Amino acid sequence: MVPEELASGMFIPQQTIGSVLCCMCGVPMQPNAANMCIKCLRSHVDITEGLQKHVTILHCPECGCYLQPPKTWIKAELESNDLLLFCLKRLKKPNTVRVVHAEFIWTEPHSKRIKVRVRIQKEALHGAILEQPYVVEFTQQEHMCDPCTRVQANPDQWVAAVQVRQHVPHRRTFFFLEQLILKHSAAERAINIKEMDQGIDFFFGNRSHAVKFVEFLGSVVPCKSRNDKQLVSHDSKSNNYNYKYTFSVEICPICREDLICLPPKVSNSLGNLGPLVLCMKVSDSIFLLDPVTLRSAYMDANQYWRLPFKPLLTSRQLVEYLVFNVEVEGPKATIGKKDYALAYAEVARVSDIGRTFIVRTHLGHLLEPGHTALGYDLYASNSNDPEVDKYRGLVFPEAILIKRSHEEERKKMRGKTRAWKLKNMKMEVDDSVKRVDEEKKNTEYEEFLRDLEVDPELRFNISFYRNKERQPSEMASTDGDNDEPVELEDLLAELKLKEDEEEDSDDMTG
Amino acid sequence: MAARIQFENSCEVGVFSKLTNAYCLVAIGGSENFYSAFESELADVIPVVKTSIGGTRIIGRLCAGNKNGLLLPHTTTDQELQHLRNSLPDQVVVQRIDERLSALGNCIACNDHVALAHTDLDRETEELIADVLGVEVFRQTIAGNILVGSYCVISNRGGLVHPHTSIEDLDELSTLLQVPLVAGTVNRGSEVIAAGLTVNDWTAFCGSDTTATELSVIESVFKLREAQPSAIVDEMRKSLIDTYV
Repeated sequence: MVPEELASGMFIPQQTIGSVLCCMCGVPMQPNAANMCIKCLRSHVDITEGLQKHVTILHCPECGCYLQPPKTWIKAELESNDLLLFCLKRLKKPNTVRVVHAEFIWTEPHSKRIKVRVRIQKEALHGAILEQPYVVEFTQQEHMCDPCTRVQANPDQWVAAVQVRQHVPHRRTFFFLEQLILKHSAAERAINIKEMDQGIDFFFGNRSHAVKFVEFLGSVVPCKSRNDKQLVSHDSKSNNYNYKYTFSVEICPICREDLICLPPKVSNSLGNLGPLVLCMKVSDSIFLLDPVTLRSAYMDANQYWRLPFKPLLTSRQLVEYLVFNVEVEGPKATIGKKDYALAYAEVARVSDIGRTFIVRTHLGHLLEPGHTALGYDLYASNSNDPEVDKYRGLVFPEAILIKRSHEEERKKMRGKTRAWKLKNMKMEVDDSVKRVDEEKKNTEYEEFLRDLEVDPELRFNISFYRNKERQPSEMASTDGDNDEPVELEDLLAELKLKEDEEEDSDDMTG
Repeated sequence: MAARIQFENSCEVGVFSKLTNAYCLVAIGGSENFYSAFESELADVIPVVKTSIGGTRIIGRLCAGNKNGLLLPHTTTDQELQHLRNSLPDQVVVQRIDERLSALGNCIACNDHVALAHTDLDRETEELIADVLGVEVFRQTIAGNILVGSYCVISNRGGLVHPHTSIEDLDELSTLLQVPLVAGTVNRGSEVIAAGLTVNDWTAFCGSDTTATELSVIESVFKLREAQPSAIVDEMRKSLIDTYV
């Protein structure tokens, strides 16, 4: 056809497709690449010839996974997209065939048959592309996957264990750690958690989970870790080795409110920080403060473990002092988000009011005459630390005050339950070891809760939950308290994002 | 009558033979079956000549001819040319032409009165065709294909074209050629009509894969059912002689 050309463009005359006779059956039809009618084409050419119609797949009844050889197990629900993809992958398809559409045909779930209708396109003779649907039947055979087999064989089987220890006589750090772990869900993958003497053991099913947990610990407390592995079984044919991995994490024994006498080397490395320092805060590094000069230093885990040292006096040895007089000496300084002011204070031990001492303290901004404070009684203590002997001519002050005591407020609050409570981690208690006094443990926990009430910085990383057991009427009567007792609204205001979680956890008993 | 034959197991009989009203050219095959098929039909009426063109056997696609003449490509050797001149009747003008497109059978589709030519054929060639074959030449395409000689076959009674030819094209061609045309296939759905079919006014030969439907279409469009060679000769005689003395 020679089309006529007009100025504006090509003129293409209308083309009506004529009809030819099908070369097989003679019925008139539109011409196509094979010049046969669809029925004749279909009857002559079966494009599904040679394709799989029956396939066997392996299914794990415990976890509902399907095996993709050689080793991957894919979790999929019946009649889901994942299952459809998996079934199509298991079908062996030659290159010439193209899958256009696939869908499930419903079968009884207990029949162990999955039917998929697949529509494929393939080139038939003379270049005509033929599309034909056909049904593939998948027979499901039950076979337990390796992880489920292992769990079935020995439910207590762990692959990796993390043993966290801190060699101090109290468990404050572990209470705090428990709350941190809950907040960050770091122990989600733990198979088992056991409470041991001076520490906690965590058991995991996978080495990488344990490594992740150890790294989390390293980021929240100063610690050092070692790891080791033990051969459990060995398959010599395929050279597979199964190990049990153990990680030993030791948390540094310095805690908050500890009095430390620094060894001379450490003191030198920190710029001749006065050998007597207080530990004010422990996060992933230790914050040391010299109460007499208000000089401070941070020490991270590596630095500590290079030259480890023990505290001189810990918070167990705190003694109550009555403050008679305070003379603020220096201006209020803010070190590490807290305010301190140097002052001279005249104090006397509550147990021995007669003897007063004039001591230098860093709590100048907090103390007023008439307050009670807690501090270390160095006058009456007899320390046995070899580090102290290394210093020549070191004079100890008679007392070092640590914090204000809130005994009066506590006496008022006695009998009233707190407005908030904490969640607890599910821990197995190890009965084989000599049991710590139940009462001592409770006292320690109570002190921990009191610390939380007092210190907003400690509260930072912890989630609080509303305590429904508390009577709302009682809350009105706590108006007399000021200063530090925790207001529920403050807490909840901090936790705006945790709103939903709080409602869910309300029926938990603390 | 249409017959189904094979050339050495190939169904493309139009490639290896050329059939006109005055002569028939056949390729040299390993066995004599192909030749005997033609000879049994045509021996009394027209000469059946065994030949090669340019040393090849694809003579049907290389040459174009009708009862008036035969056109050969420039690849034809002198011996072949001589052989053909000797074997064919004297009225048939055998001419070797110099044309870039040497597969003349693919480029030219003709009957005794009119011819369709490839659009890129030389001007001189077109004139030669008009002279030697004594036809009117039209440059055309068939269903968008420029190889008109491959995709259509025409005789003086009818013609078969590529199955994808549209109805408008069919009408236009039919008007040009002044014969009824039909779009169809040969050799079980093959679109290359001229390769599978060779035809003259009273007989046709097609590949053995041709289905019964296709065969019936061929017989009806080329009007082969009632055609007998004697009838045609009688008709010709009738037009030549007006009175008996």
